[in-house]
Amino acid sequence: MDRLLTRPSAKAAVPDYVEAWFAGNGWELRPYQRQMIDAFARRQSTLLVAPTGGGKTLSGFLPSLIDIHETRPAGLHTLYISPLKALANDIERNLTRPIAEMGIDVKVESRTGDTPPSKRKRQRERPPHILLTTPESIMLMLSFPDARKLFGNLRSVIVDEVHSFAPTKRGDFTALALARLAEFAPGHIRFGLSATAARPEKLAEWLSSGSRPATVLKAGLTVKPNVRIMRVKNRMPYGGFMSQYAVPDIYEAIKARQSCIVFVNTRAQAEMLMQMLWEVNEDSLPITVYHGSLDREQRRRTEAMMAAGKLRAVVATAALELGIDWGDVDLVIQVGAPKGVSRLLQRIGRSNHRMDVPSEALLVPSNRFESLECHAALAAIAKGALDGDEPIEGSQDVIIQFIVNCACGETVHPDEIYAEVKGALPYRNLPRDQFDRLFRFAADGGNVLSNYERYLRLRRDADGRYAVASNAVRRRHRMNIGVIVEAARLKVMRLNKTGKTGRILGEVEDSFAQGLTAGDTFIFAGELLAFVRIRDLTIEARPATGGQPKIPAYAGGQMPLSTFLADGVRHVLSTPSTWRRLPAETREWLRLQQAFSVIPPEDTLMIEHFPRRRLRYTVFYTFEGRRANQTLGLLVTRRMERRRLKPVSFTVTDYGLAIASLEEVGEDAAKALLSPDILGDDLEEWIMESAMLRRSFRHVATVAGIAEQQHVGARATMRQLTVNTNLIYDVLRRHEPDHVLLTVARRDAERELLDLKRLSDMLQRFASRLLYFALDRASPLSVPVLTEVRTEQVNGAGVEALLSQASMALEAEQMIEDVRAALA
Amino acid sequence: MLPSPKLSPCQTQIETVFAGQLAVLDACGSLFLVEHELLVVSDLHLEKGSFFAARGNPIPCYDTRDTLIRLAEALECYRPRAVACLGDSFHDVRAGERINPQDSAFVQGLVASVDDWIWVRGNHDPDIATRFRGRVADRLRAGPLTLCHRPEDAAPPVIAGHYHPKHHVRLAGRHITARCFVLGVDRLLLPAFGAYAGGLSTSSEAIGALFAEGYRQHVLIYGNKLWALAPS
Repeated sequence: MDRLLTRPSAKAAVPDYVEAWFAGNGWELRPYQRQMIDAFARRQSTLLVAPTGGGKTLSGFLPSLIDIHETRPAGLHTLYISPLKALANDIERNLTRPIAEMGIDVKVESRTGDTPPSKRKRQRERPPHILLTTPESIMLMLSFPDARKLFGNLRSVIVDEVHSFAPTKRGDFTALALARLAEFAPGHIRFGLSATAARPEKLAEWLSSGSRPATVLKAGLTVKPNVRIMRVKNRMPYGGFMSQYAVPDIYEAIKARQSCIVFVNTRAQAEMLMQMLWEVNEDSLPITVYHGSLDREQRRRTEAMMAAGKLRAVVATAALELGIDWGDVDLVIQVGAPKGVSRLLQRIGRSNHRMDVPSEALLVPSNRFESLECHAALAAIAKGALDGDEPIEGSQDVIIQFIVNCACGETVHPDEIYAEVKGALPYRNLPRDQFDRLFRFAADGGNVLSNYERYLRLRRDADGRYAVASNAVRRRHRMNIGVIVEAARLKVMRLNKTGKTGRILGEVEDSFAQGLTAGDTFIFAGELLAFVRIRDLTIEARPATGGQPKIPAYAGGQMPLSTFLADGVRHVLSTPSTWRRLPAETREWLRLQQAFSVIPPEDTLMIEHFPRRRLRYTVFYTFEGRRANQTLGLLVTRRMERRRLKPVSFTVTDYGLAIASLEEVGEDAAKALLSPDILGDDLEEWIMESAMLRRSFRHVATVAGIAEQQHVGARATMRQLTVNTNLIYDVLRRHEPDHVLLTVARRDAERELLDLKRLSDMLQRFASRLLYFALDRASPLSVPVLTEVRTEQVNGAGVEALLSQASMALEAEQMIEDVRAALA
Repeated sequence: MLPSPKLSPCQTQIETVFAGQLAVLDACGSLFLVEHELLVVSDLHLEKGSFFAARGNPIPCYDTRDTLIRLAEALECYRPRAVACLGDSFHDVRAGERINPQDSAFVQGLVASVDDWIWVRGNHDPDIATRFRGRVADRLRAGPLTLCHRPEDAAPPVIAGHYHPKHHVRLAGRHITARCFVLGVDRLLLPAFGAYAGGLSTSSEAIGALFAEGYRQHVLIYGNKLWALAPS
């Protein structure tokens, strides 16, 4: 259709069978659903931002259903990309009904890593009209010689939950797949679907990777969610993260509703809260736990029971944030700080899938500082403001994998691939010389010592085009497509009475398993288990009744506080006129701080210094998130060490950093510790030694094809086929310190693990606005930081953490009493 | 016996007496039998990197060079009369075809620098190319000791490799996994010397069975130093 002939306001005709189907179900086609049909007709890529449950997914598919019915295309017409396999399967079921009821002839199939090989082969030979799949599966299909033919007549590509892709390595991977699709199927348009989007224009740009720009379509105003901070009978603690004080009230809230999701921030917290709820569950309500480490079967059962309305509550992590329809959830409880407004809204959206009724949610701050964060989040929701990650430069290891992937299917020229890569938003600024280094690595491993012909992965022909050197390379590459690299894990089996076999409950990380000795008890999948032994990469355990249970810790479970929300907290703190909306206990605590020290003004970085016991404490209120504070702590203590200030230890929270030292830290010394050049001299030395860089290298080496990805079922043998990346790292550092993979790992570590950008921005921003206060004892504001126990790193032992928190709670009360005494 | 309780003050060399023979354990992963002027290393796995590279893995192949440099340093330090490589010196029987000319010459130079060089055969390298020189054997004797690849293959007292032992400890909440020597009453296991050689946990059944009489001590190589743990 010629775009000039179509007036923008013109409505594409909606066929009778569609109108009739909606009417038959007692519904009406929503305006934005019409607009999507219209956009399809005008061949206009569109990002649809609409609340969860508003028929958003269907609006992505409707235009395709109509077009397929009317044009009867041969071959693949529409490709749907979902971040979750489960979502692809779910959508297949949800599309079957309207297709059958409209009486149209449309073939829909899903294809994921779980699809049997025979079906996959058939799908490539005789594809359905609509294929529902994941980014990894698409990349795999793009590596086949028939990809151009398979995708050639594609009319529409639907990307679901776009926001969950964009700022991640997997998003970079998906953007490259999209760029390749644009090359193979120039005639398609893109529909992106998202529930929350702070910067929809950026998201639309990401969606457009490699193709024409997408426009943003925001679905009409919806009812604002009904969110408030839970009123709790017990006193809110000054520090800590366990929310134990609120467990009776959380339980009452669950009892008062039909079906709740209780969100927490880490898997360990999920297991702990589950345990605490179980202890007060006098009515034996059906409550269970759901997180990414549980066995797939286990999760599927939970999903089914939830959908059938058989569960009163699920304690869940981010694993439940996306997709899948959860039936009639009538309340979402967020336990612990929300960390980001978009994330919170996404979670709240899991309740009440009807657009005209507000979602209901309760926030349960774990401590008084978190109540500030909850309050800042409420203020943002009221204003309709969202935080969102700044778009960042993509990870370059993904490009290496992409180059090999392209060369698996057909011969490629570096110029063409470079153009495609640049078309993807995350790589638009990639310099050519860096691309060439990546290409060289993809082609020959960059081996300087042994530049043998037989080590080539890609072979160059007379025209300067490259193809994969052998079928072995092709096979190996296809086995390892993707960017999800997991820590080594062991299955957990609950033995049955025979003690010989039992049921698999899920997986824990290797490091946790190593710490277990026979008889140790631990909590997993909401059950108390006693460790028996490890056999065949499986932890065998039997049900236990008592003992001091440990709780598995998981790497990378901490979510950083978003910059936007951090600013919100700063603002709430420094604006006493807003305090009246805070819980009374929080207000009282802030007043005490006001009287004793100072509330940090919004545009400054405040430092407090005071003696406590035999040590000196320096507290930096940065509000820059745990990761950035952790890095700052490591750097500042190094610097203190050199200046003979004798640092002893430090603790971090999302809000601040507290360093204990033997020597007094005066105003000049304290300010000098934060001078921005800290990122230069100390960082280099420290980074190179850090475990973070090793971890990051492991990830990069795997994505780049050096280490095999862990495949379920094949792990025991896989290990022997891989050289430990730590060994490679050490050897590379000695022999080629500027190796391309080391530089790529370094960039990733800086960005993902250290939050360096955020740290350096902060140090620059506050360089001349540091406020220092010397006090004679701990201030009320410092208490949550001083009493922080970073359980995630305390030996993975939840009970130890509980115990130390219990003693810390007393200490916190005592410190506050000290302040009162001083003021009296 | 060994200096121990807990993590002893670290050092780069530890002297010990094993089956009546004075031996020096070195943080580079070698063992020196003083009376015999014999330097012992095991499991060099030369050309392991290129073994993977030849199968389409873009792994950096500096491992052979790295292993040889460290071996040359050990030779420089101990000036031995003889060197024994206790098997799996080459990752596979085709390693000799893949090794690059400089590294090949490097090996030959090392072999030529001592009076006697013994390649003990291992399961990875039943054949060793003659051009590397030195002599090839299944085992050798040093006083009362037998030196061979697999510790099960000779009557104790025996010094062997094969298992690439690594040991895991927890210290104040930190996990450390490192290559180690394992010393029993009449068996001594060497860590793997090769840059890309992986490891087998000392808690595995295979290693446990070798020290069934109970007593054993682990000497860890961590941060270029040796750490002798308390015997267990």
